[in-house]
Amino acid sequence: MNIKELYQEIILEHGKNPRNLRKTDNFNKDAKGYNPLCGDKVHIYLKLNEKKKVEDVSFEGSGCAISMASASIMTDLVKGKEENEVKEIVSDFLGMIKENPELRSKNLKEDEKTKLMCLSGVKQYPMRVKCATLSWHTLVSAIDNTQEEINTERLD
Amino acid sequence: MNILNIKKEFPIFNKKVHNNDLVYLDSANSSQKPKSVIDRVNEFYSKEFSNIGRSVHYLAVAATNLYENTRSSMQKYINAKDKNEIVFTKGATEAINLVANTFGQKFLKEGDEILITELEHHSNYVPWHFLRKSKGIKIEFAEVNDDGEVTIESINKKITSKTKLIAITHLSNVTGAILPIKEITELAHSKNIAVLVDGCQGAPHLKLDMQDLDCDFYAISCHKMYGPTGLGVLYAKKKWLEELPPYQGGGGMIKEVKKDEISYGDLPNKYEAGTMATAQVIAFDQSIKFLEKIGINNVIQHEKELINYGQEILKKNNSVKLIGNPKKRGAVLSFSIEGIHPHDIATILDEDGVAIRAGHHCCQILHEKLGITATARASLGIYNTKEDLDQLNSSINKCKKIFNLK
Repeated sequence: MNIKELYQEIILEHGKNPRNLRKTDNFNKDAKGYNPLCGDKVHIYLKLNEKKKVEDVSFEGSGCAISMASASIMTDLVKGKEENEVKEIVSDFLGMIKENPELRSKNLKEDEKTKLMCLSGVKQYPMRVKCATLSWHTLVSAIDNTQEEINTERLD
Repeated sequence: MNILNIKKEFPIFNKKVHNNDLVYLDSANSSQKPKSVIDRVNEFYSKEFSNIGRSVHYLAVAATNLYENTRSSMQKYINAKDKNEIVFTKGATEAINLVANTFGQKFLKEGDEILITELEHHSNYVPWHFLRKSKGIKIEFAEVNDDGEVTIESINKKITSKTKLIAITHLSNVTGAILPIKEITELAHSKNIAVLVDGCQGAPHLKLDMQDLDCDFYAISCHKMYGPTGLGVLYAKKKWLEELPPYQGGGGMIKEVKKDEISYGDLPNKYEAGTMATAQVIAFDQSIKFLEKIGINNVIQHEKELINYGQEILKKNNSVKLIGNPKKRGAVLSFSIEGIHPHDIATILDEDGVAIRAGHHCCQILHEKLGITATARASLGIYNTKEDLDQLNSSINKCKKIFNLK
């Protein structure tokens, strides 16, 4: 494993200039996530329309390049998708990071899959997986309105 | 002293990490172990094992003597007045919890104050927080200055008539600042305040003289001192150990047990309930011998040269910012790089076999004060060399290159 496979240009670029790093006006769902190991925090804001489609999604927080890029790519990608599609994509992404060699979701276009696979390098770095997954878990928590802060230490 | 020979005593350095020589810069977290310590564990279990202090058979007597030998060695190493002032614990954390629990039980009431500092490791804050919750005591924090130091003046400022104990680190595991313990103890004692020193970082790197420091309690982590894990030492003045109640109840710590009354054992048994980390204690004697063989003055001299060299090269490196600038710095160099998160730094350095730590180093209060969530930390041990620091610097440059920094 070469370190460059983890820190690909697209990751570095998103890490440096994260998309949607702001707070959505009139958001109707939100959730917080926390990684106690490194102290990184993320707050996801979601605005769903009456058809449960993601009208806007944004995040606030700070963290390493992997976590910022992951949140940036994720928020870009789920915009315009329906709530159930989003949840299906999240579970596909988490499955890929955990064990699956590829993404299988029918809700993802090929170019979206390619983009997401840029984060797959993190699989080789078990201590860094949580950096990549924190915002995704937090997004689901926002959708489900669990009102509970996501804590990476309490996840599988 | 030939430092290369010392590195050879540590088998771990035969290991390659990602096909590179290991550059171990995480000794503040835990130090590596010399062969003599590793072998001693094996030998004890292979040829000498028995539980201690209970049975009269040959092995039990021999093992008990070995165990007590370490207590004597430690007494001498830290110049404690009495052998029974050395209590073995499962770590420095337990040592501090022991004091917080027993001192709290006996001497603290609602409104009393414990004075700690903004530099403290969570293990020298959370045990006092328990007393805040259970007894309603107050915790005051002596402020850290811009150089990452806590001065005697900032301690003095927070002392009130309600202060009962000052709990303070000897050497900060983040800024590397060495605190003036002797002066703090003098000040505290003049106001009838007890002093506990968190010696986790002090013990492996500084000359320890309990009678000179005159502190009431000193907590030591053996695994940071080239010794086994699962072991710590609490030094406490005899008068405290006699006066304070026992910490844990169980076998070994009692004198006589009846249905309606129990009397406790004499020192040091009173504080060593249950089967102790016997093999670790016995092997730890080798760690003390190892440090004595090198000589603490040589350790101090060697690490001082390394720290000066490390500060020099990192200060010259653009975009690297050292955390803290204490006048007296121990074997810790924490830093940040503008534009690269410490976790990314640590992952990239690891690829070159350079082991550092990234995070808040169990000091969230301090990081909040510094206004950052995490730092990168290179911490030194006796086996490190200037070449290790050169490798650190060149791997930092690799990080900058990957992140397109100048």
